[in-house]
Amino acid sequence: MRPEQDTLTFRNSMSQTALPIRHFASFLPGNGVGGAGVHWNGQTWRFLPTDFQLRTHLEQRYGKDMLPTDMTIQDWPLNYDELEPYYDRFEKLCGTSGKAGNLRGQQQPGGNPFEGWRSSEYPTPPLKQTYGPTLFAEAARKIGHSPFPQPASNLSQSYINPLGLKIGQCTYCGFCERFGCGNYSKSSPQVCVLPALMRLPNFTAQTESEVTRINLDSSGKRATGVTYIDTSGEEWEQPAQVVLVCAFALFNVRMLLLSGIGKAYDAQSGQGVVGRNYAYQTTSGVGVILKDKILNPFIATGAHGMMIDDYNGDNFDHGGLGFVGGGYMGAGQTNARPIQTRPVPSGTPKWGTRWKKATAETYQRAFSLSTHGSSYSYRDCYLDLDPTYKDRLGRPLLRMTFDFHDNELKMSAFLTDRLAEIAKAMDPVEITPSPRKGPYNINIYQTTHNTGGTVMGADPATSVVNRYCQSWDVHNVFVPGGASVFPQNHGYNPTDTVGALAYWTADAIKQRYLKNPGPLI
Amino acid sequence: MRRSLLAIALSLVFTRAAIPAGTQSFDLVERGRYLSVLGDCGGCHTRPGGQPFAGGLTLNTPFGKLVTPNITPDQDTGIGHWSTEEFVSALREGRGHNGTRLYPAMPYPTYTRMTEDDVLALRSYFLTVAPVHNQVVSNQLPFPFNVRLSMLFWNAVNFTSGRFQPDEQKSAVWNRGAYIVQGPGHCVTCHTPKNFLGGDKADADLMGATLQGWFAPNLSADERIGIGRWSKDDLVQYLKTGANSWTLASGPMAEAVSHSTSQMTDSDLAAIATYLKERSGSTAANSTAVVEQDTMRAGGAIYKDNCAACHRDNGMGDSGLFPRLAGSPLVQSADPTTLVRVVLEGSRAVSTPGAPTAPAMPAFDWRLNDDQVAAVISYIRNAWGNSAPSLNTAAIKSARSSLAASP
Repeated sequence: MRPEQDTLTFRNSMSQTALPIRHFASFLPGNGVGGAGVHWNGQTWRFLPTDFQLRTHLEQRYGKDMLPTDMTIQDWPLNYDELEPYYDRFEKLCGTSGKAGNLRGQQQPGGNPFEGWRSSEYPTPPLKQTYGPTLFAEAARKIGHSPFPQPASNLSQSYINPLGLKIGQCTYCGFCERFGCGNYSKSSPQVCVLPALMRLPNFTAQTESEVTRINLDSSGKRATGVTYIDTSGEEWEQPAQVVLVCAFALFNVRMLLLSGIGKAYDAQSGQGVVGRNYAYQTTSGVGVILKDKILNPFIATGAHGMMIDDYNGDNFDHGGLGFVGGGYMGAGQTNARPIQTRPVPSGTPKWGTRWKKATAETYQRAFSLSTHGSSYSYRDCYLDLDPTYKDRLGRPLLRMTFDFHDNELKMSAFLTDRLAEIAKAMDPVEITPSPRKGPYNINIYQTTHNTGGTVMGADPATSVVNRYCQSWDVHNVFVPGGASVFPQNHGYNPTDTVGALAYWTADAIKQRYLKNPGPLI
Repeated sequence: MRRSLLAIALSLVFTRAAIPAGTQSFDLVERGRYLSVLGDCGGCHTRPGGQPFAGGLTLNTPFGKLVTPNITPDQDTGIGHWSTEEFVSALREGRGHNGTRLYPAMPYPTYTRMTEDDVLALRSYFLTVAPVHNQVVSNQLPFPFNVRLSMLFWNAVNFTSGRFQPDEQKSAVWNRGAYIVQGPGHCVTCHTPKNFLGGDKADADLMGATLQGWFAPNLSADERIGIGRWSKDDLVQYLKTGANSWTLASGPMAEAVSHSTSQMTDSDLAAIATYLKERSGSTAANSTAVVEQDTMRAGGAIYKDNCAACHRDNGMGDSGLFPRLAGSPLVQSADPTTLVRVVLEGSRAVSTPGAPTAPAMPAFDWRLNDDQVAAVISYIRNAWGNSAPSLNTAAIKSARSSLAASP
């Protein structure tokens, strides 16, 4: 993470003046070889089939009046059935550990009963659960839910992927999020893609370089390549037949804006597309302190855990609830790193002897449950170029305008209540529900699930790229599956869908575009 | 028209009359190319990132520096002006153009076992590689070793010219393996201990040797320190992919796997494995090493904190990623050079089409002091049924300084 290269300005609403971020906190975008895939947690979820027809589905079930007028959610330009083989391919690349809940339409005991159909079982069996998630699953079952192991790309056993690359068995060290994996057991590009690419004689990775713009020919309809600078500041041009924009969601948007590809979104008029429909993730938690249990919470992985999906997407009836959307929830244990993890009962002083005593007494008995909720898109949540602040090269910074809307806050309150019900069934000493509250605070870590801004769609008036992630305006520019193509964000982590769309786009380029370069639609 | 083309073709043939008839046949050239793989010619004669066979790679021998010559057919700087007889003599007798004496870093002591046909096929191939103009000064040895005539004496002591003699009692597969190992494959160059002159020690064939800061493992049938517990399939997989359930190739063997063994045919790999496994009966593991309990306790704790996440508590590692330490011949070898080096400096395994991952081990020199390195190495040499003499702090200190002197 290099704020001097990647910083952006932020404001909660259009009436405020955005200021530059000095430290990334709410989200931690990657920068460098492997990008955010180096420090991801490995939580590998598919979206629900209904997520792909979100607006149509919700309007049909609840009527058009159910949706707020400024909510700009839209259907994806492809459906779950079309994407399923590519989800399958990406999970096999990662060797994802999990338990299928739906194999070709047949319900499978032990898996997620709500998931879309899967053409095959997960490549490797689920990770073994630690004690906290085990206790959560018992409580959830007791009150009628169907907990299942979270799909994880920290592997339960060693695995050789279709590229011949070996991925090791996870050791539960608890240093996935924020860190690269030291022993080849998390599916990062360094482990499951790059060693195979590096063997190809026609592959070169130009590291320590930053693309400053995509160059267009005089017609403005075809890219001729990119300009980049190296660490000495020297500028280079790389000619190209096809340019793939894979710079992380936020930087994809800025790259298109700086290169003049697609019409920039204007929130006042609602016209334009690049930067439109920025969305995020609405997370919340319930802190739990148990009686005389020893949880050993430092035995952790980025993605093991027991979850329920009863309150995700439209898996439950939203009639009368006053909101749409949802999320999965449950107990993971991504870490309990000792400096950072100091749970204490409420009422404990913030420092001193009593705080130390409470820390020592509580560390082994406390853990967190969490919800991972959707973040639908709105007319006033968007990305554009900042009018004031520039980077070290004199280019305008990206400006983020974002806040949680009532729909998301109500959803978070509802989900957090449901989660608290399960927490109560664990016979706790204390629980602390923390539903997401506005305004959005960019200084507190939430997730790195920044989505939208170059959304994919069937209509050029409301999307930047077509169903093959191809720019409507410059046909040899593709945005192959960055989360920037999501029309809105759903109640899951984005990586599995990002990976599936990358394969989907690569197939379209290889099988159709290269044979006949031009707009695919 | 056709006649005049024929005339030109004939005149071309006659102007290259020094080359034996038929040298341009595809089969012969291809056979020569494959022999260059068996002989790993590119391992020394192609500098990393350099033109094929244009030389320029510096070899650090115990006697000083040698730079590998250009063996492309360039007239001025390569071997384009060499006669076929000179080429054959270089491989067989260590005598090059105009009788110049070669140093045995060029493995003519094993190439001399090659058949006439194989040497001529190799010659045909080297006439077809692209000529590269690259002037190399090979002999950068200090006095007296820079005097090539000294090789007259060396050869008298260490060199026996002569072709490979098949053992009629053995199978064709065994004999093919023996031919590759003793001849073009020049395995003894690294794996056989050397006398003070750098010649192969008698009666120590393939019993392991140290060179360039690495210990080339013992390939005898000893179950503890040799390949006694490796199956033929283990050997084939190792040579083909650089990885098997025991270990991963790194250091100089990574280069040999990359340039040579991974490109050999399956039948030749099977032949090598057959010969290596069958050339002598396996001998039972035996060692009477005794390590102090305190050392084992300290080393075990260091192992748990630093090594067990990858190599596992039981020392079994993970096939293709983390070498197995339990029962490992390299771990238990009398000469711990490689083991100490890898702990201090780390290492990266070879990447091959069959095992592309090329996993790396990090360096621990910044993290563990000499006492700790000695304890953890003594521990892994004696845990899980392993048995080998422990190492003391002085040995680690000395290894650190020699690694610093010639990394």
